[in-house]
Amino acid sequence: MGKIKTIARRSFLTGSAAIVGGVAFGVYRYKTPYANPLLNGLPEGEAALTAYVKIDASGITLITPRADSGQGAYSVQAILIAEELDVELDQINVDPGMPDKAYYNTALGADGAPFAPTDDSFAANTTRAVMDSMMKFAGMQITGGSTTVPDSYEKLRVAGAVARETLKMAAAEKTDIAVADLRTKSGKVITPDGTEIRYEDLAAIAATLDPVEDVALRDPNTWRILGKQHQRYDTVAKSTGTQAYSIDFKRDGMVHAMVRTNPRRGGEMISFDDTEAKAMRGVQKVLPITGGVAVVADNTWRAIQAANAVEIEWGAAPYPAEMDAHWQALSDSFNDDQQDSRQRDDGNVVAALDGADVIEAEYRAPYLAHAPLEPISAVVEVSEDRVDVWTGTQIPRFVQTNVSKVTGVDFDDVHVHVLMMGGSFGHRLEDRIVKEATEVAMQMPGIPVKLTYSREEDMAHDDTRQIAMGRGRGSVKNGQVETMDLGIAMPSVVASQMGRQGLSLPGPDTQIVAGAWEQPLSIPNYRITGYRAPELAPISSWRSVGASTNGFFHDVFLDELIHAAGADQMEERLRLCWHEPSRKVLEKVAEMSNWGAPLAPKKGRGVGFCMSFGVAVAEVVEVTNTDDGIKLDKVWVAAEVGKVVDPNMFENMVQGGVNWALGHAIMSEITYSDGMTEQENFDTFESLRMYQSPKIEVAGLENGDHVRGIGEPMVPPAAAALSNAIFAATGQRIREMPMNKFIDFV
Amino acid sequence: MKITVNGTQYDIDVESDMPLLWVLRDELGITGPKYGCGIAQCGACTVHMNGEAVKSCQVAAEDIVGEVVTIEGLGTPDAMHAVQSAWVEHQVAQCGYCQSGQMMTAAAFVLETPAPTDEKIDEAMSRNLCRCGTYPRIRAAVKTAAKNLSDA
Repeated sequence: MGKIKTIARRSFLTGSAAIVGGVAFGVYRYKTPYANPLLNGLPEGEAALTAYVKIDASGITLITPRADSGQGAYSVQAILIAEELDVELDQINVDPGMPDKAYYNTALGADGAPFAPTDDSFAANTTRAVMDSMMKFAGMQITGGSTTVPDSYEKLRVAGAVARETLKMAAAEKTDIAVADLRTKSGKVITPDGTEIRYEDLAAIAATLDPVEDVALRDPNTWRILGKQHQRYDTVAKSTGTQAYSIDFKRDGMVHAMVRTNPRRGGEMISFDDTEAKAMRGVQKVLPITGGVAVVADNTWRAIQAANAVEIEWGAAPYPAEMDAHWQALSDSFNDDQQDSRQRDDGNVVAALDGADVIEAEYRAPYLAHAPLEPISAVVEVSEDRVDVWTGTQIPRFVQTNVSKVTGVDFDDVHVHVLMMGGSFGHRLEDRIVKEATEVAMQMPGIPVKLTYSREEDMAHDDTRQIAMGRGRGSVKNGQVETMDLGIAMPSVVASQMGRQGLSLPGPDTQIVAGAWEQPLSIPNYRITGYRAPELAPISSWRSVGASTNGFFHDVFLDELIHAAGADQMEERLRLCWHEPSRKVLEKVAEMSNWGAPLAPKKGRGVGFCMSFGVAVAEVVEVTNTDDGIKLDKVWVAAEVGKVVDPNMFENMVQGGVNWALGHAIMSEITYSDGMTEQENFDTFESLRMYQSPKIEVAGLENGDHVRGIGEPMVPPAAAALSNAIFAATGQRIREMPMNKFIDFV
Repeated sequence: MKITVNGTQYDIDVESDMPLLWVLRDELGITGPKYGCGIAQCGACTVHMNGEAVKSCQVAAEDIVGEVVTIEGLGTPDAMHAVQSAWVEHQVAQCGYCQSGQMMTAAAFVLETPAPTDEKIDEAMSRNLCRCGTYPRIRAAVKTAAKNLSDA
């Protein structure tokens, strides 16, 4: 216990993103905006009115610095800018731009603050503001944590409005008509007599003006674009095979590389024999890189074949070689010395459980690969005075820093071009592949080197989701949940992930208890404790991070307690929930699913609730216990996001996220044997297929004050709702994922 | 050896065991077919060979027979195939990486099965993986495509 007390709250607040630097030079300089990076080297006649809007004679380009891995980030950002800029979505180009500190992520900082998202107190909001300014100082341009919408929601509308008002001023200068008499529509300024001047034709004048900074955002009732359904920016390209992804990127004179590094992750290479590989067709070079070898060939397939033909002796893994030892390490972590946080401690759990009929349960969640369908790739070209990198990444500024470190080339001379990604789910928050490609490219100056992982190499080095264990003790009284004491043990995801970037985590890791401690429930005796397991195999942020495991533990244990109390699962959750917007998602999902209506024989329903990333989500899963196993019939989802930016994208994301969560909960795991991942490809790392996919009905609610992102929050409650539904249908309680180890599925 | 892809004949000089997928992607620069697993699990590489949907990662160069059609040959942004139009109408794609393969499987399927039931669709389309989980929309788009084709 001593440890937790000595850590000041201030160090906790840096917990989720570990920023170098301090609070001391906080809010003052925060007021000064970063310089607009688009002004650097801008050709004459082009105007970059804000860091997000670029206009020249050929068109209007919206800069969308949050990366698109399929979640529609480019489209969402374009909608926000277009709403105030007065352009139509088919009039504009989008471009992720070049990485710049001006594109730092505000919301990621705010979410790292150690306050529940339901906490709107002065202290909570002040701390969030400080976190925000720290993110700004570090220039943290990161796509993650479901933050694109909350981060952009105001910022990009302001950017659009600034550009619009500046264009009107340019038109006033051109026409001698007062700004107040001008209006804008569909990419044009319109004068009182109806004359239309294209924004493109005002760019040259606008470029000479100081941008108008005093702008008011429009009344939401007048919105034309925001909140409406649109065709996504990339829909046609992705429906015709014409969308270019990272893996499709090509440069003249490019060579193809494939690497092999120790499948005992982080272990060393003892020796290798490349005799056979070197003799294979198309192979140009076999080169050493840190911890392994690279084969360079004239074709991706030849590079993969030859790399697999290199005989390599690998060293031992720097973590336990067998899975049992990983679980044992977690099991051994439930002690005072390893206590990491106790952010919730209501009532008196110890006294309440003393002498009570204690309900106890233990839960487990496995390592999981991100495995986006596009294997990762990177193209690096090292020239005399600059390095260019083309890759799909969520962390372009880290990439820039790391390539600068590896090559010794100045940070400003490293140019990172962010490409479209075929999925990520957090995978591309890591940048090992870029460092490897850079090491190869340094040995072949002037030649663009494309490194593509085989699926097997990708899965062997996918920094997985954490494993986690939960232990619950609780009691019920008079038909109500009286006490819930949940301990959660896992290694620190943030420490593992930031450690690979050379950053440290000074305080507790909020992710160890995320999706559990901040639940808006008023259980009389209610305690959530995080225990920090030692670092084991490398782990990283996997869609919904800590909440992906904790939402399952917390809500299944709650289900067990409610069952023991003999109460209705929905009614008791509603009775315990004090937060009005969260109550509304429960009420909504009850209404959608007609909760409480009689079910056909062999059917069962479970409800799951979790607030994560500030989004309250309730889901009802209905299953049938068939002769062939459990069949998923239908899922109803209600989520509170403050504002649905595009209902079409929203529905697709939520349905996909539910399938993601259910598929992994049912059938997926990464396990270690002899220090190596036992699953190499999709035959052993199984994934949900269409015949297993349920019907999914979605509702987005807008009752809350905060606008939030929906990339992750639908994940944590889904596995819980499924386990609870299986219990309702069969009487069998499943406390561990993947669930198909315990019950058959169709 | 000579192969025909999307109506164009190519002369290729590759190993007999180089998979069609890599012939298309790296030798011919046709990148619509995607590499996802290399072991016939994900279907992102699906193309038509002699009118049949095949996983191009499993077709060795020496086994290429008849005409190969990729997603680029199915239709273009200006002249879309009914399956592609249905994919646009339902806005199926998230990351979109699997969708070329999904559409090639669907295009072969709707020709054989003009009025498919959900069960038939699920059976046919379960050969392809979508990690983003867009299955509800794929299901709806296949139905729309089948209907539009049979109405035409």
